[in-house]
Amino acid sequence: MSAVASQGSPHFDSSVDQYQIRRDRINAVIRYALLIAVGLVMLYPLIWLIGASFKTNAEIFTQVGFWPSKFELEPYVKGWKTSTEYTFTRYFANSFLIVIPRIIVTVISCVLVAYAFARFDFFGKKILFAIMVATMMLPQIVLRIPQYIMFQQFDMIDSYAPLVLPSAFATDTFFVFMLVQFLRGIPRDMEEAAQMDGCNSLQMLWYIIVPLLKPAIISVIVFQFIWTMNDFIGPLIYLSSVEKYPVSLALKLSIGATEEVEWNSVIAISVLALVPSVAVFFAAQRHFVDGVASTGLKG
Amino acid sequence: MYVLPFVIGVVLFKLFPFVMSFALSFTQYDLIEPPKYIGVENYREIFTTDKLFPKSLSVTLMFVVLTVPLRLAAALMVAQILNFKLRGINFFRSAFYLPSILGGSIAVSILWRFIFSRDGLINQIIVALGGTPILWLANEQYSLWTIVLLNVWQFGSSMVIFLAALQNVPQSLYEAAAMDGAGKGTVFFRITVPLITPVIFFNLVMQTVHAFQEFNGPYMVTEGGPLHSTYLLSLYIYEQSFKLFNLGYGTALSWVLFVLVAALSAIAFYSSRYWVYYAGEKEGK
Repeated sequence: MSAVASQGSPHFDSSVDQYQIRRDRINAVIRYALLIAVGLVMLYPLIWLIGASFKTNAEIFTQVGFWPSKFELEPYVKGWKTSTEYTFTRYFANSFLIVIPRIIVTVISCVLVAYAFARFDFFGKKILFAIMVATMMLPQIVLRIPQYIMFQQFDMIDSYAPLVLPSAFATDTFFVFMLVQFLRGIPRDMEEAAQMDGCNSLQMLWYIIVPLLKPAIISVIVFQFIWTMNDFIGPLIYLSSVEKYPVSLALKLSIGATEEVEWNSVIAISVLALVPSVAVFFAAQRHFVDGVASTGLKG
Repeated sequence: MYVLPFVIGVVLFKLFPFVMSFALSFTQYDLIEPPKYIGVENYREIFTTDKLFPKSLSVTLMFVVLTVPLRLAAALMVAQILNFKLRGINFFRSAFYLPSILGGSIAVSILWRFIFSRDGLINQIIVALGGTPILWLANEQYSLWTIVLLNVWQFGSSMVIFLAALQNVPQSLYEAAAMDGAGKGTVFFRITVPLITPVIFFNLVMQTVHAFQEFNGPYMVTEGGPLHSTYLLSLYIYEQSFKLFNLGYGTALSWVLFVLVAALSAIAFYSSRYWVYYAGEKEGK
C-alpha cells in the first residue's frame, strides 16, 4: 500500500506487482484458515466417533475430546458379535454378495448401452436418449411399490435378485449418461483405423473402447459400490430373513434390538461399516471427484 | 442391438412400473386380495379426511425449503473459497466430499442420532461452552433441524460441481472487472453468479428432487417423531405401503409427491429462461 502511495504513478508496474503479491499471500492465508475451519467442523463428528468407538460407555457421554483415555477393544468385539445369531462376518459377506454381482452387471450393461448411444445411429435413438435422461429425474419412490409387486409375482422376494437384476438392464441411467458423455469426448480416429483393419464392433468395443473408457468405468464402479453399500430402503423392503441381511440392515437391528443401546459397540460397528466405502473412495478419489464434476452426478 | 438390454430394462423396470403405479393408485390393494378399483377414493381421502397427510406434507415442504438453499449456499461458498490456486486443493476437495459419500449410509444416520442425543457430542459442546443442553431429538422444534443438518452436511457433491463451473469462468472477465475497480462482492454477484447460473439451476433441480425423497434420516435418526415433526412423505409412503400394506393408498401418496416434484421442476424449467444465462445466447438473463 505505502509503496504505491509514495512512489506515485511513474513506477506503476513493479509496485503494483509487489502489492499484488502481498495481497495474494494474505488472501491465501485467509482461504487456508477458512478451509481448515470448515473442514474441522465438517469432519470433527467423524473423527470424534472414531475415538468414541474405543471409549467405554460412560466416557462417550462425558468426553468432548476425541482421544479416549484408554483404548478399549471390547466395543468392537461386542459389536461384531451382535445380539443376533449371526456375526458381522455374515453381514459383511452378504453385503459383498450384493455389491460385487451388481457392479459386474452394471458395468457390462452400461458400457454396452453407452457404446450404442455414443457411436451408432439406430431407430428411435433420440427418443430413447430422452427417455433415459427423463428417468434420471424420475423419483424412485413412484416406482417402488409396483416393482415390489412385480418381484413378488416373480417369487423373488427375500432374495438378492430385486437388488441386482434391474442393474443388469442398464437401469442405472446415471451411469449410462456419464459413460456417453465421456465417450463423446473421445475422438473416433482409433476406431476408424481399427475398422479398416477389419475389426467388428464387438472387438472394437473390447480392444479400443473399454481401455479408453477406463477412468469412467472406475467412477461407475466406485459409485455403484458406495451407493449399494449405503442402500437401505432396498434391502429393507425386499429382505425379510435376518440371515440374508446386509450390513445396513444389521446395523439397524443393532440399535432396535435392545432397549438399552450399547452405544460404544454400535458406534464401533458403524465405524467399521464405513471402512469399505472410505477405502474405495480414497483409492479412487482422483477419477472419482473429477468424474462427478464433469457429469454433474449427485453423490 | 446393444441397446436391447436398456430397452428391456426401461420398459420392465421403469415405464411399466410407472404406468402400473398410476393404475394402482385408483385401487385398494393389500397383496392378498386382487386390487379392487375404487376410483379417486384414495385421492379424496388424502385431501380430505387424512389428518396425517397435511402434517407430513408441511414437514416435507419445510424440510426441502430449509435443506436445499442451505446446502447450495454452503456448497457455493466453499467452492468459491476453493477456487484459487492453492496447494492441497485436491486434499480439501476430497475432505469436503467425504460426507456426501458416507452421509447416505445407515451408519452415519446412527452416528447422527448419537451425536444429537441428550448427552451426545453437540450437547457436550454446548455445555462446555456454558449453554444449556437441548433435547434435539425429543423436541418438536428442533428435531427437523437434525435431519436438515445431516443433509446440509453433505454439500460436497454440489460443491464439486460448482467448483468445476467456477474454474470455467474466464479469467479475463475478472481482470477486466478489477481494472474497472469492481469490489469483491460486485464481482461475485455481477460476474460469477450470472455465469454459473446453469449449474446453479442444475443443482437446484437435482437437489430438490433428491430432498423430496429423503428417507434414511427421518427413518433412522428421528423415526419420524416426535409428534410426527419429522414425518416426511417418503416415510409416510413407506409405512402405508410396506408396514400396513395399503399399497393402493401408498401409490396414491407417491403420485401426489411425484406431481408436486414434477410441478416444481416444471416451474423451475419455465422460469429458467428468465434467470439462467447460457453462453452463446444473444440476450443474457
